[in-house]
Amino acid sequence: MSYLSKVLAIVWKDVVAELRTKEMFSSMLVFALLVIVIFNFSFDLRVENIAQVAPGVLWVTFAFASTLELNRSLALEMENDCLDGLLLAPMDRSVIYFGKMLGNLVFICAIEALILPIFSVIFDLNLIRPPLLLTIFLGTVGFAGVGTLLSAIAVNTRAREVMLPVLLFPIILPVVIAATKATGGILDGLPLGDIAHWLRFLVAFDIIFLVVSYMTFDFVVQG
Amino acid sequence: MIQIQDLVKSFGHSYALQGVDLEVSRGQFLTVVGPNGAGKTTLLRILATLLRPTSGLVHIDGLDLPSRSAEIRRRIGFVSHQSLTYGKLTVEENLTFYGRIYDIPAVEERVDTLLDLVGLQARRHDPARTLSRGMQQRLSIARAIIHQPSLMLLDEPYTGLDQQAADMLRQLLQTIAAESRTVVMTTHNLQRALEFCDTVAILAKGRIVYQAEVASLTLDDLRQAYWHYVGNGSTGKRAET
Amino acid sequence: MSKSFRIEDLLNWLSGLSIIVALYLVFVYAPTEATMGHVQRIFYFHVSSAWVGFLAFFVTLVAGVAYLRGGNRAWDILALSSVEIGITFTAMAVITGSIWAKATWNAWWPWQQEPRLVLVTILLLLYLSYLVLRAFVEGEERTARFAAVYGIVAFVSVPFTFMSVRWWQRLHPVIFEREGMHLAPAMLATFLFSLLAFTILYFTLLLHRRRLGKLADQVDGLKERLRTGEGG
Repeated sequence: MSYLSKVLAIVWKDVVAELRTKEMFSSMLVFALLVIVIFNFSFDLRVENIAQVAPGVLWVTFAFASTLELNRSLALEMENDCLDGLLLAPMDRSVIYFGKMLGNLVFICAIEALILPIFSVIFDLNLIRPPLLLTIFLGTVGFAGVGTLLSAIAVNTRAREVMLPVLLFPIILPVVIAATKATGGILDGLPLGDIAHWLRFLVAFDIIFLVVSYMTFDFVVQG
Repeated sequence: MIQIQDLVKSFGHSYALQGVDLEVSRGQFLTVVGPNGAGKTTLLRILATLLRPTSGLVHIDGLDLPSRSAEIRRRIGFVSHQSLTYGKLTVEENLTFYGRIYDIPAVEERVDTLLDLVGLQARRHDPARTLSRGMQQRLSIARAIIHQPSLMLLDEPYTGLDQQAADMLRQLLQTIAAESRTVVMTTHNLQRALEFCDTVAILAKGRIVYQAEVASLTLDDLRQAYWHYVGNGSTGKRAET
Repeated sequence: MSKSFRIEDLLNWLSGLSIIVALYLVFVYAPTEATMGHVQRIFYFHVSSAWVGFLAFFVTLVAGVAYLRGGNRAWDILALSSVEIGITFTAMAVITGSIWAKATWNAWWPWQQEPRLVLVTILLLLYLSYLVLRAFVEGEERTARFAAVYGIVAFVSVPFTFMSVRWWQRLHPVIFEREGMHLAPAMLATFLFSLLAFTILYFTLLLHRRRLGKLADQVDGLKERLRTGEGG
């Protein structure tokens, strides 16, 4: 299918570019580690049971790291007017959206995969469990889905990188709430039935915002 | 090949194009000259489907813009002073990527042919950002013709090139033009305009004010016409010789 | 021109009158609530303001969609007007909500007990983000386009935010629930009338603001023509 191969071509391009320099990866990883350390110290003095704040810290870290990645991903297309190159191709504009979105998803998940073991050690919790991995994946789809659209807007403003959090955070608040609650429930050992509604909520959010972003992306990138 | 009638483009309250009428026949090489701010880039970007017209008629190869944009894009190649290539990717990777999104069959072969054509075989494994400006422009052209478009749009392609690079570019353009592609090029250099194009037009303040066959024109004729329509100092910039 | 002027005139009178009546109802007619006393009266203003905040956001959504479909700048002017008025009412909702919370729970910001307050604050944040976006984009056409898209995204997020904040402190999810507030008939009448009065006020202010927006747009157009010396 030509559509899919073009989407994958865009993902391939982003992966190759990042593998060559590893700029984004390294900065995201360092940033995430710093956030974890800072949280560790700022909560340590007040909270006895550090596991209580673990879900919140985890998701705040993911949210900020995602913002970094989303910014860099679109900034790549602004160099040398590369976005024009994509717009000139004889394909539906949605290919660009899905290509960038998948690329974002891959990168953010990769960073999360690195952060989780580190987090597990620091918080002395086992975070590598299937229900938790599913939650993280669903939450990340939420970030990447609407984040790709909003980063395309943000990169075209005077404030650039700073604009994305301003636009994105109020929108993904439901994702952060749902994911944090689900994560907390899983770590507390609750039966899956008790947190299933949060997961369904995430799925609904993901689907609706993928659709909304897909439909409005063209309006953002057109001249 | 191209029919433009009363093309208007406004950005909010300011008008970049105020009623452009233009016809370009198949195989013709048209150069559009004009001062900065005249609307040359806007005109070309509309033809490239990167901008939408505010009003007016634009037909490319019989297809109406903006309703048939996707089909039109298959037929056009666009070169601007930005290279539209990814600095971190190698020359080869850049072309392979474009080959894929343009649905080129046998991408590797095509990339190989292009690298020979633009003389970048030796640098195929180097990241694009290590290339000189002249080489980047050649890579950009390879990118633009990868799908063998019938219409080439070149927006001030000589910008930032030294003499040697400019000469190479001129040779390359001659080759491309000789393949009876239709070409529309913009420049503010009057001499370049006469080099090997068929027709030259002057765009001033959002309108085509002058059009002539190059065969019957000397550089002086063109300069006179330019000063007549554009005046001097209207944008504070003199046309180069 | 004169026809729309009459509508605005009519609305001016209507909103003035209805607000006066609403004030009377709220402060004189409505009975004093048993537990809370007079402070409870702020409830009428709080909910009415919040309602207008949501309504204005919805109008912005509709105007945004209409703009994207047609490119007609008039829709963008309407969207911006609605946001400016909506943000005012939402801010009022936040403030009155906080006063209400202080009276009910003895805390200015009881996160757990008043999810409504949290929700209204998030709505305010969305409005602010919308305005910040508009301030930082170059070019009128682009601003309108981006704002329209963000308006759509923001509005779609509101139900999700509403649900997630609601479920936040509960173990089991509830979609709809009845608040434990029993309204005497007189209170209910006051409540409904306040909603109506505020809605009329909203539309009045909206039309005025839109008129200003159109005039400002005309001025911009004239300025541009003067600058370039050309007709447009």
